[in-house]
Amino acid sequence: MDDAQKRELTNRLIKRQLNLSFRIAAIFVLILIGLPLVNLYLPDLAATNIGGFSATWLVLGVLFYPLTWVLSSWFVKGSEKLEADIVAEESK
Amino acid sequence: MKATELIPLLWVILVTGATILLGVWATKKSSSASDFFVAGRSVNVFWNASAISGEYLSAASFMGVAGLVMKNGYDALWYPVGYAAGYLFLLLFIAGPLRRFGAYTIPDFAEGRFHSPAFRKVAVSFVLFIGFFYTLPQMKGAGVTMAGIMGWPYFVGILVVGSVITFNVAIGGMKGITLVQAAQYWMKVFAISIPLFVVMSVVGFYNKPLEVARGDATGIPSIPGDVIKMKGKAAAPNNALALSSARVSLVKFETDTRLVAVSVNPKPKTGDVFDASDALNAIGSTLEISSSSKDLAVPKDTLVQVTPFDVTAADGKVGKASLKFEFAEKAEIRVTAPGNQPAAAPNAPANGKWLNPFGPLTSKNGYPLLYTYSLIIALVCGTAGLPHILVRFYTNPDGKSAKRTTLWVMVMLGAFYVFTPIWGSLGRLSMPILYASNSTDSAVIKLPMMVDGGGIWGAMLSGITSAGAFAAFMSTFSGLLVSMSGAFAHDIYGKILKPSAAPEDKMRMFKYAAVGIGAVSMMLGLLVESFDIAMMVGWAFAIGAASYFPLLLLGAWWRGLTAKGAATGMLVGGLTSLAAIITTMLVDKKVLTVELSPLVRSLMEQPAIWAVPLSLLLMIFVSKATAKEVPADADTIMLRLHAPEELGHSKDYIS
Repeated sequence: MDDAQKRELTNRLIKRQLNLSFRIAAIFVLILIGLPLVNLYLPDLAATNIGGFSATWLVLGVLFYPLTWVLSSWFVKGSEKLEADIVAEESK
Repeated sequence: MKATELIPLLWVILVTGATILLGVWATKKSSSASDFFVAGRSVNVFWNASAISGEYLSAASFMGVAGLVMKNGYDALWYPVGYAAGYLFLLLFIAGPLRRFGAYTIPDFAEGRFHSPAFRKVAVSFVLFIGFFYTLPQMKGAGVTMAGIMGWPYFVGILVVGSVITFNVAIGGMKGITLVQAAQYWMKVFAISIPLFVVMSVVGFYNKPLEVARGDATGIPSIPGDVIKMKGKAAAPNNALALSSARVSLVKFETDTRLVAVSVNPKPKTGDVFDASDALNAIGSTLEISSSSKDLAVPKDTLVQVTPFDVTAADGKVGKASLKFEFAEKAEIRVTAPGNQPAAAPNAPANGKWLNPFGPLTSKNGYPLLYTYSLIIALVCGTAGLPHILVRFYTNPDGKSAKRTTLWVMVMLGAFYVFTPIWGSLGRLSMPILYASNSTDSAVIKLPMMVDGGGIWGAMLSGITSAGAFAAFMSTFSGLLVSMSGAFAHDIYGKILKPSAAPEDKMRMFKYAAVGIGAVSMMLGLLVESFDIAMMVGWAFAIGAASYFPLLLLGAWWRGLTAKGAATGMLVGGLTSLAAIITTMLVDKKVLTVELSPLVRSLMEQPAIWAVPLSLLLMIFVSKATAKEVPADADTIMLRLHAPEELGHSKDYIS
């Protein structure tokens, strides 16, 4: 395999991988940027009482962790699938 | 010695003994250089995830986060969230390619990606730099915790942690500590959760402190009139006693005391109008003390009354202020209130400020949103830039398992971190006296003692959390020691000083380096008793965020990165962050007397928000300018970083 072919394959791999990574990162960054904005501009919403917790405390103190689990398992599944696809394409 | 004092000691001995035995047992299988540096690249997903989590959960996580939540409320929830979130970025952008590169140390990546031995030197100095900044707080934590639990002198805890771990690392290397760190993760999860359930069954569930705070936004927790041990000037800014501006307080000095200063709190702004002449009265004493006294000796048994007063701001708003005492030396005091009323806890934020976003932590400089974002960026990028964590990804068998490992790390870290704010919240509810002595970070150790008012069960539970804290110092220090010894034996000795060294020589050097660096760490640990734990960890994060994170991100994904570009970005980003953060510290300690504008101060205290983009941009610009120096085999290397192992393009940099 020469450099041009290597680059073509690398670009294909990187493109698909980044496509997945950026999609998940975008959701995550949106939450990281959005939560402080909700706290600042919609303080009443943030302070909604849910079983003694304020909504924003519940999100940041408790629910945030399962959210990272969902996002990362989505990524791992997606990443393994796209790598399997590429392996299948290459071995044709 | 009473049984209640003996029990925590027994727990600590148990966890220390288990660490030594596990280490010796695991060492039997550790024989080759690959075992020492990367545990033979054969650690399975579950054990590696446990080991990474065990290594990552340091004293700052085990004790510090609970203390920060108790002290600052909602804003401090960002700390554990940021610590955990950093791993998501590691997973999305770094874990897979880094493992597929297949080296021994992170400086290997720096050299191997660009074939630049010069760049290895830059990279290795950052590993040692970050490593030592991260080691010192572990040492200090060990010394202080043992002093607090057992009343031992400061140096004993350091010697115990330091020598046990140095022994483990020197005999077994990475393979020897992997199992130990994994076991320590499970010890820590047990220690942070089980005692907490018992404490909650006595004082109330997680939502109780939050409901109490919601019910009375201006309220401040009340404290009993117990003796409060104040810290001296060396611990600044943790030597302050800021009295409540809501209620009158009586301060009784139980020892002869020197005060650095008395001042108005919150600090007056230009244009504020107030009269503090009646704020401070010494009762039954001729002591000359006022709201602006400096360097003052207060005799034992002096009683002073502090009365809050009105402050009219330039825009006509009227607020309340009170006074702050800064202690020059350790002292004992009591804080009470007139007429047998309960006293308001000094240093404690009011309920509303504690419960709601943008409280004392992020609003202190007047730019709460900016501060929040800087903090998030620092924690997220910092986590993804810590060399002693990154090096563990090489211990996976392949890229796929590196990604799965990271997923499990996030599950394990989340399962741990979700408990830490509960400790902080219950601390506010049940032990507000910790605010007064600026020792909120001992909440995890002290809180369990109150389940039966200082009896056997409380001591038992406190023993468990103490052992958990001890496991935290040991596991983090062992990871740091492996990473630093690896950098020394493999990068400095094996690549720079003596490139002809055989693997056996490097392995021997690894052992020497572990002993040497272990000894230096212990000695430095003895010198930092007065430093702030969270602050030093903050330095390591700030440097990692602006140096290794940009290097790995661009190095893994952008073919056009050159050694010069990467080195420039790393050096400028890392060093400017360090300079900014050290300047703020010197201002806090009053070594430097510069008046920083609030905006500049915010940016210097949490530099990641500008330093990370600066480092990335420099890497891009300088690489573009030196585009001719893109390595000739960049295509081969990029393919190696990204190709699934099945395609047959994979090759470990060091097999």
